[in-house]
Amino acid sequence: MSLSQPVIKVEHLSKLYRLGQVSTGSISHDLNRWWAGVRGKEDPYLTIGEANDRLEKGSSDYVWALKDIDFEVHQGDILGIIGKNGAGKSTLLKLLSRTTSPTQGSIKVKGRIASLLEVGTGFHPELTGRENIYLNGAILGMTKTEIKRKFDQIVDFAGVERYIDTPVKRYSSGMYVRLAFAVAAHLESEILVIDEVLAVGDLEFQKKCMGKMGDVASEEGKTILFVSHNMQAIQKMCNKGLLLKNGLLSSQGSMDKIIQEYLSDASPNQANVNIDNGQSKELMPGYATNIQIIDEQHQLIPEIPVGKVWSVKVRYHINTSLESFVFAIGISTELDVAIRTVFTEPHKIGPGQYEAVLSYTDIMLSSGKYNIAIGLSNYEKTFAYYPDVACVWISDISDVRDEKIIKTKATGLIINPLNIYVTKIS
Amino acid sequence: MSNQNKEDWDLIIKPRTPLLQFEIKAVWEYRDLLLLMVKRDITTVYKQTILGPLWFVLQPILTTLIFTLIFGEIAGLPTGKIPAVLFYLSGLIIWNYFSETLLSTSKTFTENAAIFGKVYFPRLIMPLAKVVSGLLKFFIQLALFLIVLAYFILFKGLDVSMNGSFLIIPVLLLLMAGLALGAGIVLSALTTKYRDLIFLINFGVQLMMYATPVIIPLSDVPAHYQWLMRINPMTPVIEAFRYVFLGTGTMDASGLVYSFAFTVILLFIGIIIFNKVEKSFIDTV
Repeated sequence: MSLSQPVIKVEHLSKLYRLGQVSTGSISHDLNRWWAGVRGKEDPYLTIGEANDRLEKGSSDYVWALKDIDFEVHQGDILGIIGKNGAGKSTLLKLLSRTTSPTQGSIKVKGRIASLLEVGTGFHPELTGRENIYLNGAILGMTKTEIKRKFDQIVDFAGVERYIDTPVKRYSSGMYVRLAFAVAAHLESEILVIDEVLAVGDLEFQKKCMGKMGDVASEEGKTILFVSHNMQAIQKMCNKGLLLKNGLLSSQGSMDKIIQEYLSDASPNQANVNIDNGQSKELMPGYATNIQIIDEQHQLIPEIPVGKVWSVKVRYHINTSLESFVFAIGISTELDVAIRTVFTEPHKIGPGQYEAVLSYTDIMLSSGKYNIAIGLSNYEKTFAYYPDVACVWISDISDVRDEKIIKTKATGLIINPLNIYVTKIS
Repeated sequence: MSNQNKEDWDLIIKPRTPLLQFEIKAVWEYRDLLLLMVKRDITTVYKQTILGPLWFVLQPILTTLIFTLIFGEIAGLPTGKIPAVLFYLSGLIIWNYFSETLLSTSKTFTENAAIFGKVYFPRLIMPLAKVVSGLLKFFIQLALFLIVLAYFILFKGLDVSMNGSFLIIPVLLLLMAGLALGAGIVLSALTTKYRDLIFLINFGVQLMMYATPVIIPLSDVPAHYQWLMRINPMTPVIEAFRYVFLGTGTMDASGLVYSFAFTVILLFIGIIIFNKVEKSFIDTV
């Protein structure tokens, strides 16, 4: 594989985002800045943010969405890009698809690059299927002749022959998505950048899409960059992978290796988390201060043997009296599939320190990593929400409480003992 | 792995691009998209309405009638030696082109934020499509004007003493389109930063019409107010247009040179600001 030429070469790619929006938004800010300049004074807003050394300092107003990313992609590679939310995947895709420009570094590309960050970009509801194929194809970089040549294939793939001269606003959402994907799948560009488009349509069509993507790479020799949370899809399709972590390139290599690494990336000491609420906490009606994962003996437990009862203990502080306060704890898989969110009844609460305990006695989860989110709400509004604030690590080593508990994920996420009763009825 | 082919890249994405980067090559590569966008602009307007493309002519007809009634009959404003209907119609079709193109191009970034955030193509395609689709509409209205003109000549014995300066028409169209595009892209870039401007534009364009000879011929404006009309670069365009078709008004070289210079500078500034905003605007919306 190393014999082939790289078709994409990314060097020292970095992207800085400004969180505070210091220079945009209002004429008055810009006027003040200009007026200060005229009087020979300093920019009044720079002191809020970070002035000179902003590229070096980790000031809170600036954040590196990507930092010093280097990688190469060779022709015919299907590269899977994975990472947690906020790891920089979308930023990388945006840079590759030229919807935003890098702060530093460069991306060199050989051949045409087409990006599918969303299917159906530029579809106009009033236009017919036929007109939208042409329009969408052109937006994605095809010429009219290319679209004409592929037109029948596109219609055939989408399965919308009968409705091709009907405005797409009359399409069912499934048809709409199929048509949109069909255009994208028949692009003539040598490189495709795809963002989770497979999460559309019905199951049958999803399979068709996956198959098509595979064909596109293997038969037509196209190069594909693919971002998804769907490990299964990524594992099936991609031969190489990139793992991004907090804007840094954590590792690259074969897709299997990368997925392993991603999944086993358990952060230590997540059983006892002190929550930093920043400066503004006294202004909030209340805030959480600490979260612990504990066992039945109230001991901190960083790794829970499968089948063992465990609890989440949260401490929170209430500043003001609230008429109807609701506290919620949610648990989700590391692929962000919500398992359960539990709420308290709305109740009256006064200022003070509180402790809430949620015990997972009746749901047994199979081994793996789970994320805990907590929220404090005054019924109308959630004033403090902490997603992924702690994580629970359930190991497959068990100190067996029940023989029937099965230790692997093979039988599903929930492993509570369940029985099937068989009776002969005739 | 590196060899002689190393520097042979089709595209290099880097932080900074030259300030004044005319994307002519890129726009040319996407010319099919431009045409399809023009087609979309035209067909979708008429698909959403009952009267359809009739609106292209109904709108100037109705406005002309109202103007004739109010400014011509009731207020008794002078329109030179030509019938009020022709006078207002000629001014209106040009002004309508300018104001509508300016308004639609000034929304380039705000209206296309979603699509700009998802896919790359030369952003200038969007305002250019508005300029071209507006021109098509303008030609339909021009045809209407010519029909009305022919009616007045044939049946009302109007003598318009046309002077054969038709060659100037393409220049007038270029000025009209260039001014609208230039102002539009400057404003579209500014509105990404200052949302207040959106309100100002809508209302400002309406008011600006009174600083053109759409309603009053330049020659009938009191001398000490004429400068107000003359600083408007659209004034020479409208005056020259009337001069060509109706033989009235003025067509002085200095006015057209002023408009031309104004257009060039405006487009120049427009493209610089547009390019600058294009690079970063997705991060700030």
